[in-house]
Amino acid sequence: MPDLHKKLKEKFPDKAIEIHNHRGDETAVIERGALVEAAQFLKTDPEFDFNVLMDLTAVDGLELKWTPRFEVVYHFYSFAKNHRLRIKVRICEKDAALPTLTGLWPAADWFEREVWDMFGIRFEGHPNLKRILMYEEFSGHPLRKDYPYNKRQPLIGPKN
Amino acid sequence: MTQEHIPIDSTETIKKTRTESMLLNIGPAHPAMHGIIRIVAELDGETVVNADVEIGYLHRAFEKHSEQSGYLQVIPYTDRLNYVSPLINNVGYCLAVEKLFGLEITERAKYIRVIMSEISRITDHLTCIGASAMELGAFTVFLYMIKAREFLYEVIEAVTGARLTISYTRIGGVKADLPPQFDAQCRNALQETRKVLEECDQLLTRNRIFVDRMKNTGILSREDAAAYGITGPFLRSTGVDFDVRRSTPYLVYDRFNFEIPVGERGDNYDRYLCRMEEMEQSMRIIEQALDQIPGGPVLLDVEGNVIPAETMVDEAKMGRIEGICGKTANVDPTLGGAGKAVYPQIEAANKEAVLPPKEDTYGNIEGLMNHFKIIMQGHGIRPPKGEVYQAVEGGNGELGFYVVSDGTGRPCRVRVRPPCFVIMAALPLMLKGGTLADIIPTFGSVNMIGGELDR
Repeated sequence: MPDLHKKLKEKFPDKAIEIHNHRGDETAVIERGALVEAAQFLKTDPEFDFNVLMDLTAVDGLELKWTPRFEVVYHFYSFAKNHRLRIKVRICEKDAALPTLTGLWPAADWFEREVWDMFGIRFEGHPNLKRILMYEEFSGHPLRKDYPYNKRQPLIGPKN
Repeated sequence: MTQEHIPIDSTETIKKTRTESMLLNIGPAHPAMHGIIRIVAELDGETVVNADVEIGYLHRAFEKHSEQSGYLQVIPYTDRLNYVSPLINNVGYCLAVEKLFGLEITERAKYIRVIMSEISRITDHLTCIGASAMELGAFTVFLYMIKAREFLYEVIEAVTGARLTISYTRIGGVKADLPPQFDAQCRNALQETRKVLEECDQLLTRNRIFVDRMKNTGILSREDAAAYGITGPFLRSTGVDFDVRRSTPYLVYDRFNFEIPVGERGDNYDRYLCRMEEMEQSMRIIEQALDQIPGGPVLLDVEGNVIPAETMVDEAKMGRIEGICGKTANVDPTLGGAGKAVYPQIEAANKEAVLPPKEDTYGNIEGLMNHFKIIMQGHGIRPPKGEVYQAVEGGNGELGFYVVSDGTGRPCRVRVRPPCFVIMAALPLMLKGGTLADIIPTFGSVNMIGGELDR
C-alpha cells in the first residue's frame, strides 16, 4: 500500500506538519499535541492497522541547531498489511515530555524508558519511568550531544 | 495425668499462618544464565508470582561511540552487537548506509552476504539451542552443537580471516572475495551440520526430560507477542509467519525457495522446533545461493609475479623500482586483501564511498591516498542528508538500523533496534505463573545476547 504518509496528511491536514518519502521510508512529522490521537488512529484504522511498534528512539539535533531540539522517532509496522511508517514528533529542550504510548503498545514501555535514560525525555503517564541501561546514580543523559563522550562516571573509583 | 488429644483443624491453621512471598535474585552472574542479567523473582513457594528484569550490565555506549566515528569505523563495533551472528549485524549496518547513499552493490556481493548471513543464523540457533539444552542437563547436545558450530566457524574464518570479530562487509560490498575452495568447504560443513542436527534431534525432540521441561512452559500468546513488538523465531512459534526475509526482502532473498516454520502454542518447545527447522531452511538457502552465485574472478592472479606488499614498499622506499612497476601486491587475507578482482564489479554510483582494494592501499601511493581520503577524520565518506531505517532478519528477529546523516563524515545518530530487547521486556509476562524451574528454559529460549541488548 503506497503513500501512507500522504493519506495521513489528508486525515490530519493541520496536525501533520511535514511528510516525506526518503529512500522509500515513508515519514510523517506530527504535531506534538496530536501524537496520542494519531497513534490511536494508526492502530485502529483498518487501512493503516499498525499493530506493532517496531522501534522508538530519539535524535538530538543540538549540533545541527534544530529548533525544537529533539525528535522522537516511532517506527510502526503492520503484520496484516505488511507496511511500515515512521512518525516523528519534535519537542523542545525546556519541556522535553511526551504522552506515553504504553497503553496502546506495551512495547513502548522499555523503549520509552531507554529514551528517558539516554535523552532525558519524559513520558507522561508511563507506569515505571526509570533508567534502564544506566544505573540509578548516573547523572545526565549520555546520548545528548552536550554530554561529553569521554566522560566517565564509574560507580566505584575516580570520577572526572 | 492424661493429655486429651485435641484435633487440629488443619485448614484453620493454614489460614492463620502468615505467609509472605520471597524475593529471589537470579543473576547478574548466575551459572544457569548465559549473559549478565538480573531477574528479581517474587516467589510463592515454587511459583513465580512476579518478576522484574534488570538489564544494562553490558552497556558499552555503542550508539555514542558511533556518533564519534566515521561511517566505516562503525562496522567493527557492529561485530560486537550480536556476537554469535556478527555477520548479520555487519550486513544490516552496511545495507542501511548504502540505502542512505542509494548504492546498489553487485550481484556477487549480494550472494556472498546472503550466504554469510545464513551461516551466521545457523551458528546463532546452534548456540541458543545448545546452551539452553545444556542448562536442562543435556550436556552432550551442547558439545555436539558447538562441534557443528565449529565447522561453520572454520568456513567463516576461511572467508573473513577471523572467527568472531569479522568486520567482513564494507560500504559498497564485502572485504574480500570467497576463497577458492569455498564451495566445497561450505557444502561439507553443511553436511556435517546436518549430521549433528539429526543426532541432536534424536537426543532431544522426543526426550521425556527435555519435553517435560519445554512443553507448555513460557507460553506467550500471539496478541502479546505482537503488542510487545516481538519478531523472529519467538513470534513464529506463536503461529505468525512474519519473517523480514519474506515480507520485505532485501539483498536477493526473493530468489530462493524456503519455508517459514511456524509453531502453534508459543511455548518453549515450539520455539525449539522452530529454530531446528529454520536451520534446515537456512541450509537450503545457502545451497541455492551456492548454485546460483554468479561467476567472476575469485582471487587475484598469482602467476609467479606477485610481490608481497611489505617487500614492495621497502624496495620502493630505497628507490629500487625496476621489476616492481606494474605489478600487483599480494596481501595476506587477514589484512583484508585479495579483493582487487571484486572491486570493479562493485557498481557503486558514488565511488567515493567505496574503499580501494587492499592491494592498492598497501601497494601503491594512489591507493594509499585514496584509502586515507576515505578513512581519515575530516576526509571520511559523507552520505547525503537524510534518515533511513533498514531491517534485516537477525537470529532473534528483526534487527533494525536507523541511521541519520547530517551530511558530514560522522553519523548524526546510529540506532540499533535489538531483537532481544523487546523479548526481555516481555519476559516477566512469560515467567509469571510458572515455577522457578521454568525460568531456565524460558530464559534460554529468549537467546538473550548481552551485546545487542545493552549495546
